[in-house]
Amino acid sequence: MGKCMQGYLDEQFMELEELQDDVNPNFVEEVATLYFKDSARLINSIDQALERGSFDFNRLDNYMHQFKGSSTSIGASKVKTECTMFREYCRMGNAEGCLRTFQQVKKEHATLRKKLEHYFQLARQAGPKETARRSK
Amino acid sequence: MAGEVPSLAESKLTALVVDDNLVNQSMHHKLLDRLGIKNDVVCNGQEAVDVHCSGRNYDLILMDMDMPVMNGIQATKKLREMGIESKIAGVTTRSKEEEKKEFMEAGLNDFQEKPLTISKLVSILHNLDFYVQT
Repeated sequence: MGKCMQGYLDEQFMELEELQDDVNPNFVEEVATLYFKDSARLINSIDQALERGSFDFNRLDNYMHQFKGSSTSIGASKVKTECTMFREYCRMGNAEGCLRTFQQVKKEHATLRKKLEHYFQLARQAGPKETARRSK
Repeated sequence: MAGEVPSLAESKLTALVVDDNLVNQSMHHKLLDRLGIKNDVVCNGQEAVDVHCSGRNYDLILMDMDMPVMNGIQATKKLREMGIESKIAGVTTRSKEEEKKEFMEAGLNDFQEKPLTISKLVSILHNLDFYVQT
């Protein structure tokens, strides 16, 4: 994992990289693609719920539980931290806190997406052997 | 076994991944593959029950807790009622003791907090007395 990813991804991302092999040479990128597809759906659902002004904190918490789960599995540490904050505000029934934190969730998510896109672009250019060497 | 990662030799074990999250499905499937364990994936507890009703059986079931349609607690209870004796390991992000207790009491043999890693999966296999061929 390059220096540019430090702080954004934790050791769980390295676990993913360890699973990449000749059978699935693009495993990490495939999982990242699944993550961004899934998280985009959840962001959309939360956005719509917040825009309606309906603060069903249970429902919001459920969405964020799923989002946090995916983020944890891929090692997205900053996104995970913001998800945790959002859930705390849900538990407190603090609508303003939810709105504010959700902006942070989206910001960290967008930043991570850009960084990973760049990371995978470099990995494709480098080729499989160089990627394996760099990830060690 | 502790601290060792089994080789990629085929283990002859079979497993079922029960999780609604696509990222987790992909990861858990690959983790099991890496240990040479043939595995299927379903999206919720109801599908886990259905696949057993169709006659399939597995040595190990990795059961998520929070799933739509039928959650992990309900599915575990149902499978045990059906007489399924497979080893069931609960895997969840839930960390409160009372939540873990409720899940264990549904009929689990083991429990691990997500995210699953190779070492956590090896720990499950060790705890449940599975020995992957090396």
